Amino acid sequence: MIEVRNIKKSFDGKTILHGISTSFYDGKTNLIIGQSGSGKTVLMKSIVGLLRPEEGEILYDGRDIMRMNAGQMKNLRKEIGMLFQGSALFDSETVLGNVMFPLKMFSDLTPDEQLERAHFCIERVNLKGADDKYPSEISGGMQKRVAIARAIALNPKYLFCDEPNSGLDPKTSILIDELLSDITKEYNITTIINTHDMNSVLGIGENIIFVDKGHNGWTGTKDDIFDSECQALNDFVFATDLFRRVKNYVKATRNDRKEGVK
Amino acid sequence: MIIESSLASLGKYCLFLCRVFSFPDRWKESFKRYINEIVKLGLDSIPLVIVISIFIGAVCTIQMYLNTTSPLMPRYSVGLATREIILLEFSSSILCLILAGKVGSNIASEIGTMRVTEQIDALEIMGVNSANFLVLPKILAMITFITVLVVFSMFTSLWGGYMVCAVTGLVPVSTYVYGIQTMFIEWYVWYAIIKSLFFAFVISSVASYFGYYVKGGALEVGKASTNAVVSSSILILLLDVILTKVMLQ
Repeated sequence: MIEVRNIKKSFDGKTILHGISTSFYDGKTNLIIGQSGSGKTVLMKSIVGLLRPEEGEILYDGRDIMRMNAGQMKNLRKEIGMLFQGSALFDSETVLGNVMFPLKMFSDLTPDEQLERAHFCIERVNLKGADDKYPSEISGGMQKRVAIARAIALNPKYLFCDEPNSGLDPKTSILIDELLSDITKEYNITTIINTHDMNSVLGIGENIIFVDKGHNGWTGTKDDIFDSECQALNDFVFATDLFRRVKNYVKATRNDRKEGVK
Repeated sequence: MIIESSLASLGKYCLFLCRVFSFPDRWKESFKRYINEIVKLGLDSIPLVIVISIFIGAVCTIQMYLNTTSPLMPRYSVGLATREIILLEFSSSILCLILAGKVGSNIASEIGTMRVTEQIDALEIMGVNSANFLVLPKILAMITFITVLVVFSMFTSLWGGYMVCAVTGLVPVSTYVYGIQTMFIEWYVWYAIIKSLFFAFVISSVASYFGYYVKGGALEVGKASTNAVVSSSILILLLDVILTKVMLQ
């Protein structure tokens, strides 16, 4: 579990995070949502240690990264996997090379065991047969899957995903969401996903944190979101006609059920 | 204001070098990268070095012939002067200025692209010292291979002059060869090699620094690449003056 307590972060005197506190749970897909510029990427980068907040605590199973020295931070990083918005695959390496990279750098496995583990991860993300392809030779969806395979290669306890569906078609987005959700359950990982994608929110949002202008605007699950009275959240999630219709349909169905029970 | 920002950049560059010159996480992986960099930065530069050196050697020979028309000047002075120009300046300083363009822009754009596509962030998240992992092999490869390039350039430049003499008959070939052997000072070769080691460090580290701290997108990568070439060229010229003063006086 990751707990964030009252973190504040500003750039050039402009405060981006105004003391956010929240928790991210093991074995659940935790989603950070919010408008562009709301501070969700800063929140994620602060949690993962790429940015250092001015105040607050970030606890990884009780270990505060704000008080860690370089050595402790390095050890913690071995427990973290991250999927970047643009996949961030190494251009000069093949699919296999990318997945092997963390194993070569940080595992004590023999070369054969490393290869076996890399093949296992590649198969887990349904990319069998793509070992020798370079990132430039595969589609955006495949690149995301390679990045997921690389992120899980060292069996991380914490998985961070920054906009995993950006630039993907809806069908591929759903596949990526399902894959992330399955992996989270399978390995009991604390998965934190930073997303704009409302399909993801309503599909895999088991613990949703809505960041509104640097504040924790709302917290709940994908089911709670239909009953939320937070205006900013409703404006954001149900901004399109389609999602407003979905909301009305879900509410109507729930009312029908309640009346049926009565 | 300019002084303040220059000092800030110098401080940032020094801190960057501190991160670069630390112990690698995995020596084996760093060694593999070092070999790759030797191929990419060093071996791949050989064709350029050959072409430029041959032509410059040829042009120097022609210029020396045209500008030493006095009957008091012996004909072998064409070979002698060509040799001195090649050893003292061309094969070290001018060659490194050319390499600052080729290798420097290559390094800055490669690392800059890795920065803007978050590949460097990915390394950091994994716990890899990205500065050390990416930059140290490049610096070491440049420093070790520059000697080969410089010596190669010396030979090919002198051969360029030889070819001009052989083809055009400006100076008898035997006179040219006598000229390049006359009053030879071995220290000049070492002087050129030592200078080039400093220049190689400047080219690789300055270009890496500019690439590593790129912010933005493709446009900024291009700007970083240009800034890297300009800055390393100026530093090479500055160092050339200092090293010449220190080593030849």
